[in-house]
Amino acid sequence: MIADLGYFSILMAFVTAVYAAITSWYGHKKENWRWVESARNATLIVFPLVLLASALLITSIVRNDFSIDYVWRVSSIEMPTYLKFTALWGGQAGSLLFWNLLLSIFTAAAMARKWDEQHDLMPYAIMVGSFTQIFFLALTAFVENPFTRIDSVIIPVDGNGLNPLLRHPGMIIHPPMLYLGFTGFTIPYTFAMAALISGKVDDTWIRTTRRWTLVAWLFLSLGLILGGRWAYDVLGWGGYWGWDPVENASLIPWLAGTAFLHSVMIQEKRDMFKMWNMFLIILTYSLVIYGTFIVRSGVISSVHSFAQSAVGPLFFGFIAIMFIFSAYWLNRRRADLASKNSLQSFLSREAAFLYNNFLILAILAVVFLFTNYPIISELFTGERGFVGPPVYEQALGPLFAVLVLLMGVAPLTMWFRGSVQRLGKAMLWPAVLATVAIVVMIVLGIHLWAALVGFWVVIFSMVLTILEFVKGTHARMKRGENVFVAFSNLMARNRRRYGGYWIHIGVLIMAVGVIGVELFQEETQQQLQVGDTISLGRYEMQFLGVEQRPGADDLIITEATVDVYENGRFVKTLTPRREIYTRTGQPMTIPNARSTILEDFYVLLAEQPTSPDSAIIRVFLNPLINWVWAGGFVFIFGTLIAAWPDAVEDKITAVQARRRPAVVTTGD
Amino acid sequence: MQVRRKQIVKRGMKWGLLLLLIMTVVLPVWAQESDSSEVTDDEVNAVAKEVYCPVCESTPLDVCETQACADWRELIREKLAQGQTKEEIFTYFADQYGDRVLATPPAEGLNLILWIWPVVAVVVGGFLFSRYMRNLRATAAAAPAVDVALPEDVPPPAKDDYVSRIEQELKKK
Repeated sequence: MIADLGYFSILMAFVTAVYAAITSWYGHKKENWRWVESARNATLIVFPLVLLASALLITSIVRNDFSIDYVWRVSSIEMPTYLKFTALWGGQAGSLLFWNLLLSIFTAAAMARKWDEQHDLMPYAIMVGSFTQIFFLALTAFVENPFTRIDSVIIPVDGNGLNPLLRHPGMIIHPPMLYLGFTGFTIPYTFAMAALISGKVDDTWIRTTRRWTLVAWLFLSLGLILGGRWAYDVLGWGGYWGWDPVENASLIPWLAGTAFLHSVMIQEKRDMFKMWNMFLIILTYSLVIYGTFIVRSGVISSVHSFAQSAVGPLFFGFIAIMFIFSAYWLNRRRADLASKNSLQSFLSREAAFLYNNFLILAILAVVFLFTNYPIISELFTGERGFVGPPVYEQALGPLFAVLVLLMGVAPLTMWFRGSVQRLGKAMLWPAVLATVAIVVMIVLGIHLWAALVGFWVVIFSMVLTILEFVKGTHARMKRGENVFVAFSNLMARNRRRYGGYWIHIGVLIMAVGVIGVELFQEETQQQLQVGDTISLGRYEMQFLGVEQRPGADDLIITEATVDVYENGRFVKTLTPRREIYTRTGQPMTIPNARSTILEDFYVLLAEQPTSPDSAIIRVFLNPLINWVWAGGFVFIFGTLIAAWPDAVEDKITAVQARRRPAVVTTGD
Repeated sequence: MQVRRKQIVKRGMKWGLLLLLIMTVVLPVWAQESDSSEVTDDEVNAVAKEVYCPVCESTPLDVCETQACADWRELIREKLAQGQTKEEIFTYFADQYGDRVLATPPAEGLNLILWIWPVVAVVVGGFLFSRYMRNLRATAAAAPAVDVALPEDVPPPAKDDYVSRIEQELKKK
C-alpha cells in the first residue's frame, strides 16, 4: 500500500514535470502568461510529490518492509533508526530518488522567487529546468524504481543491512553534500539556457544565479573535503585522496564550476567573455550529469560503485542531447554574445582570470582523460587500462604549482591595464621572504626539491594574499576606522572579494598539508607480540594486546591497544580496530591517530588478528596532514563569507536592474 | 662377501636416494621459509603499494582485504626473497593480469597517451587561449574609441583600483 502510493507519487511528479515543460513552451508561444504561471506552479508541486515519495520510502525502511527490494538490500531489522533514514541514499534506486528530491528543492526554490526582472527568461527557465527533472524522474519511475517488489515468493524475514562503509558519519553526510552541489549547478545552467534561447543574453542570468552558483560550489567543495576526511578515517590506507574514478567524478565538475566562478567576474565587471561563460556553465552542467553517470552506472568500476545497472546508456544519451541542444543555442546566439569590449593588457585582471581558466581547464582535461582511460583503452585495445595516483601526480603537480602561483599574483593585477614594473615591485618582497623561508628549510634539512619548490610557491602566494587584507584594512584605517572595524568592514562590504581571498588562504593551507603528506609520509608494518614496540620518527609505540567484542547489529569489533610515546614520553593510548559485519562479511579497518599540528601518528590493525597476544600493526607518519583539514575549514569559511546574503548589495542590484537592465557593475 | 658388499652398496644407494629425495623436497621449502621471513612487511608493502588488486579495481594490494590479495602479498614476499627486483615483480604481475594492475602503466602503445595528453592539453590549450586573447586585443586596436571611452573611472596606474574604490565609498559617507 505504502509502496504503491510512493510509486504513484513518483509517477505524478514525472507527469507534472512533463506538464510544466509543455505548458511553459505553449504559454510562451501563445503569449498567454497564465499558462506560464501554471507551468511555474507545476514545478513547485514536483517538490512535495518527490518529498512524499522519499518519506514513504523511509517509512518502508523504518517499518522493515522487506517485500520491497530496495529496503531488503539496504536495511535490516537491527539497524539503528538513524541509519534507516540515511539508507535513503544507501543504494542505487534510493540515491536517484534522493537526487530527484534535492533537484526538486533547488528547482522549486529558484522558480518560487520573484520574476519581475526576468519576465522574459521565465518560460524558458521552467522548460529547461523541467528537462533535467523529467530525465531524472523518468529514471526513477521507469528504470530504477525504489518501490519495486522483491523478486521472490517468500518475503525475507530480514534484510542485508546497509553497506558498512556507508555507516560512518562522514559517509552519511558526504553524499548529500555532493548531490546538493551537483543539483545546485543545474540552476545557473537553467538560467543560462533561458538567456540563450530567449536571446536576452545580458548578464541578468548571471546576477540572478550567482548566489546559487556559490552555494552549489560550497556544497560540492564540502562534499569533496568530507569525502577526503572519510577516506582518511575509514578506508585505512593512510591517505585522503586516491584519484579513484568516483572521487574524480565529483572533482571534474568542481573544476569546471571553479573556472566559471572566476570568469563570470569579468562579465559582471567588464561585460566581456559572455560566450566563454556560457560555454563554461554548459560544460559544468554536462560534467555534473557525467559525474552522476560515473557514480551511478559503475561504468568505470571502482570501490564506490555499489551497483552496476542499465542506467548507463540513458545517462549517456541525456548528456549527448543536452550538450547538442546547448551547443545549438550557443552557436545561434553567437553574434549577440560577441564581446564589445577588448583586452587592453596581458597583465590585467581580465587576463589573469583567463590564465586561471586556462590552467583549471588543462587540469580538468588531464583528470577527465585519465578517469576515462579504462573505457578508452578497452575501446581501442580490448584491454581495460588503469591509471594510478603516480601518473596523476606527475602530470598535475606542475599545473597545480603554477595555479597556486597565479592565485597569489592575480589579486595584484588591475582591471584594464597592468605593467611589469608595478607587478614586479609588488612581488619583490614576498619573493624575498619566501626565498629566505626556503633557505631556512634547507638548513633545517629539507632537501627534496619538489617540496622546496612547492613551499616557495605556497609561502609566496600566502604573503601576497595576506598583504591584500593588510592593504585594504590600512586604506580604511586612514579614514579613521580602528583596525578591527576596518578589517571587518572590509569583508562585510566586499564579501565576494575577501571571501574569495579567504578561500585562497584555505587552499594554500591545504597545499602545505598536501606537500607534507605526499612527499614526507613515512610508514612501517610489523608483526608484534604483546610488549613489542615499533618506532617511527620521534615516536615509539608499544603493543598491549587485542580484544574482541560485539557491536551494534551484526558487528564484531576487534580492537588493539597501543601506547604511543613521543621522544620517550608517554602521550596517548590508541585503539585501532577492525570491524566486520558478519552478514556481509566485509571488513573495515578503522585507524586511530595521535594528531598534532605537525603530524599524525596513524595506527592501523593491518590484518585480522588470530590471537589476543599478537597483531600486525601498520603505522603511518603523516606530516602536516591536519593542515589539509584546517585549510578545508578556512576554505568553507571563505565560501560562506562570499555566499552570505548581502541585503545592501541585493538592493543595489535590484535598483540598477530596474534602471538599466543591460549593464551592471556592482561588486567584483 | 661380494654379495654382502653389493648389499651394502645397494643399501647405501637406497639411503642416498632417500636423502636426496628428502633434500629436494624439504630443503627448498626450508630455504624459502627462512628467506621469506627475512623480507620485512615494509619491503612487501613498498611493492604492493604500486600493484593494484586485479579483482577489486582501484585498490592497491597493500590495503586490499580479500584473501586473494593476501596471497598476492605472500607471492611478492617470496619473489623478494628469491632476490627479484621491484621491476621484475611488476613485470610478473603485468604478464599475469594485464597492465591494469600497475599503478604506473608501462609507457608503451596506447598508454603513451597518458604522458602525451597533459603536454598536448597545455600546449594546444595555451595556443588557443593566446589566440583568443590576441583576438581580443586586436579588437582594441580596431576600435580605439572604446578604449578611450572606458577608463573614465579608472584610477592612476600606481594605485590599486580597489583601494581607491574604498576611498570613494568612504568619501560618500
